[in-house]
Amino acid sequence: MKTNGGKALMKNLEAQGVEIVFGLPGGAILPAYDPLIDSSIRHVLVRHEQGAGHMAEGYAHATGRPGVAIVTSGPAATNMVTPLADAMLDSVPLVCITGQVASGTIGSDAFQECDTTGITMAVTKHNFLVTDAEQIPQVIHDAFHIATTGRPGPVLIDIPKDLVDANNPVSQFEDYEPSGHDLPGYKPTVEPNLQDIQAAAKLIFQSQKPVIYSGGGILKARAAEQLKDLAELLDIHVVTTLMNRGGFPDNHPLALGMPGMHGNYTAVTALQQSDLLITLGARFDDRVTGKVDAFAPDAKIIHADIDPAEFNKVRSVDVAIQGDVGKTITELIKAIRELEETESHADRSAWKSQISGWKEKYPLVYDEWQTGEGLKPQSVIEQMRDNTPDDTIVASGVGQHQMWASQFWNFNHPYTWINSGGLGTMGFAVPAAIGAKAGKPERMVWAIDGDGCFQMTNQELVTARLENFPVKIAVLNNGYLGMVRQWQELFYDERYSEVHLQPDLPDYKMLAESMGCVGIRVESPEEVKPAIEQANEINDRPVVIDFRTEASENVYPMVPAGKSNSEVIVHPSQGNEE
Amino acid sequence: MSSIRFHTLVVRVENKPGVLARVSGLFARRGFNIESLAVAPTDNELFSRLTIVVDAESAPLEQVVKQLDKLINVVEIQELSPEDSISRELILATVNVDEGREDQIMREIESFEANVLSVGDQKIVVSLSGTPETINDFEAVLETYGIVEVQRTGIIALSTITS
Ligand SMILES: Cc1ncc(C[n+]2csc(CCOP(=O)(O)OP(=O)(O)O)c2C)c(N)n1
Ligand SMILES: [Mg+2]
Repeated sequence: MKTNGGKALMKNLEAQGVEIVFGLPGGAILPAYDPLIDSSIRHVLVRHEQGAGHMAEGYAHATGRPGVAIVTSGPAATNMVTPLADAMLDSVPLVCITGQVASGTIGSDAFQECDTTGITMAVTKHNFLVTDAEQIPQVIHDAFHIATTGRPGPVLIDIPKDLVDANNPVSQFEDYEPSGHDLPGYKPTVEPNLQDIQAAAKLIFQSQKPVIYSGGGILKARAAEQLKDLAELLDIHVVTTLMNRGGFPDNHPLALGMPGMHGNYTAVTALQQSDLLITLGARFDDRVTGKVDAFAPDAKIIHADIDPAEFNKVRSVDVAIQGDVGKTITELIKAIRELEETESHADRSAWKSQISGWKEKYPLVYDEWQTGEGLKPQSVIEQMRDNTPDDTIVASGVGQHQMWASQFWNFNHPYTWINSGGLGTMGFAVPAAIGAKAGKPERMVWAIDGDGCFQMTNQELVTARLENFPVKIAVLNNGYLGMVRQWQELFYDERYSEVHLQPDLPDYKMLAESMGCVGIRVESPEEVKPAIEQANEINDRPVVIDFRTEASENVYPMVPAGKSNSEVIVHPSQGNEE
Repeated sequence: MSSIRFHTLVVRVENKPGVLARVSGLFARRGFNIESLAVAPTDNELFSRLTIVVDAESAPLEQVVKQLDKLINVVEIQELSPEDSISRELILATVNVDEGREDQIMREIESFEANVLSVGDQKIVVSLSGTPETINDFEAVLETYGIVEVQRTGIIALSTITS
């Protein structure tokens, strides 16, 4: 049967199980938007293509299914570069379809032409330029395969306008179902090598100070259950990186929470003083290691990852295990059980009591609110945490508010924390929350955003209102690019350079209302809880709460950039030894 | 990995548009240095073969290989060790032949078994294929006469046959 590129595009997206796409039409993608009308796929019309990309990411984070965005050529494609880079660094499965100028005009500087595949080569796991309409079914099949298998990531498909234009003869071809993949160079190793597993098990038995260093790979592999089984079997503490918050329940006795630059003292110090890091789906990011040469100097390293390029990239490993981290943990559990029949674990009691000592001495703390001060952002987050369902999904922006959200929320379930970890993209929260709500409509979705971040992408609240995604946005409005202000305070002698925003401009309440949302302003501590409760009750439209927070508040603990994790600065009330 | 600075990688890639850009873009953005690069289609039109000489001082060879391997269009990567491989390079050079030095340069060209491809007024074009070391030596000799223009192909390499 004859088909055409546009029809085939929709049909093959449907065949991939796509239910929803985020996008905005324009000249080069126009012919593809016509068959969309007859498709079962829901289209969410965004207000900026960056929003479409982050929504697709939020959807993918929340559901584990690939997010899909569809936009036109030129400026729309360049607007997509940030979400693609974000998805690349955080290994988010994304398929992005961009329109391109007609095949015959490529390379002529045609209207809205840009070299989309060239520009996005460095920020995608792979990209395709379709050169023949007949390739469309196969390319879509391959794109979803690449995006979702191995180490997940963004894939872009650039399609010239004529190839999806039903009225153009070049778009016609004999329909077919793609069978198999045309990817001779792509065979991710999923099954771990059992010898490596044995070697890892041996190291674990010898270790007196082990820590499980768990990263975003746990969530990508849907291995949170296995992680818990392993930790409990071994009775070993677990740190969860910013990308794996929720991958191990914060309310578990073995949970140490987040390590890194703004990690809590115990998580940072346990990694630092460990003799064995059982690294599962984590990548020794500089925000975790601090000064690499001084990171965990006495630790042997077990490193399990689906991406072998991570082994020895930052830190040399003692045992590398390539494969799906869920399968790896399952095999590791078997190997440990077997070994337990003949061998016993090294004595770890001193290490455990050391960890409990740190936990007791250095909990996360903040100063009490004083009359005349802005709200304590940490307290706002705690009250949100305590007055929302346990499985609430939290999306966040980038800055101080992000760190406080990660620190003070309790993530007890996987896929409840959605943030931009690798790229640190301001403006991520609002669209990502919308995407999460699109994927999980039955769940409560809050965004914890900064005033700076909110001003980058808040226009998507119009999308949320019109498309009925009743997300709730807490703007922690400190009137500053707070994280940058903190660095200038601590490392640039309080010389503040271009970090002051204006807490009253825009008027966040009115801005929210103008976009069809409920807007609430909260200035005093006793209003915090009632406002959260009010927002929780509203389900027919988005809510924005403008929390007026204290501008001078800093995030602690902190490891200054380039310093060793041994030099972690704790909250001033906990005393910093020289 | 060994401490040798330059490593020869033979990379089989899908013969698709943009593949060379993917490879060179990867080297550029990860700060890997390429000493030389030769590309050509293979006997199978679906694939091309790249011979890349990598400077392992810029980044550990392991990283270079693994990052290359992540490119979807890269099908196979093989490192050729100097002991178990044959490498060849081709040089074309235009050289000055000052009056009175004709016989001398012809003797040198003969001793390398190089070819003279074009003869002009006090200039000749010569070519030689050989091991990279031989080509280096030959180029050094030519320099003493004065090189007008030179182009080397970069190394291509194959495994030796082991019986
Ligand atoms: C797109 C982008 N531009 C700049 C930065 C650098 N940056 C990191 S945090 C931050 C401040 C964010 O301000 P705000 O959203 O108000 O959050 P706060 O730190 O005040 O909580 C800036 C400018 C960034 N991460 N992303
Ligand atoms: Mg701020």
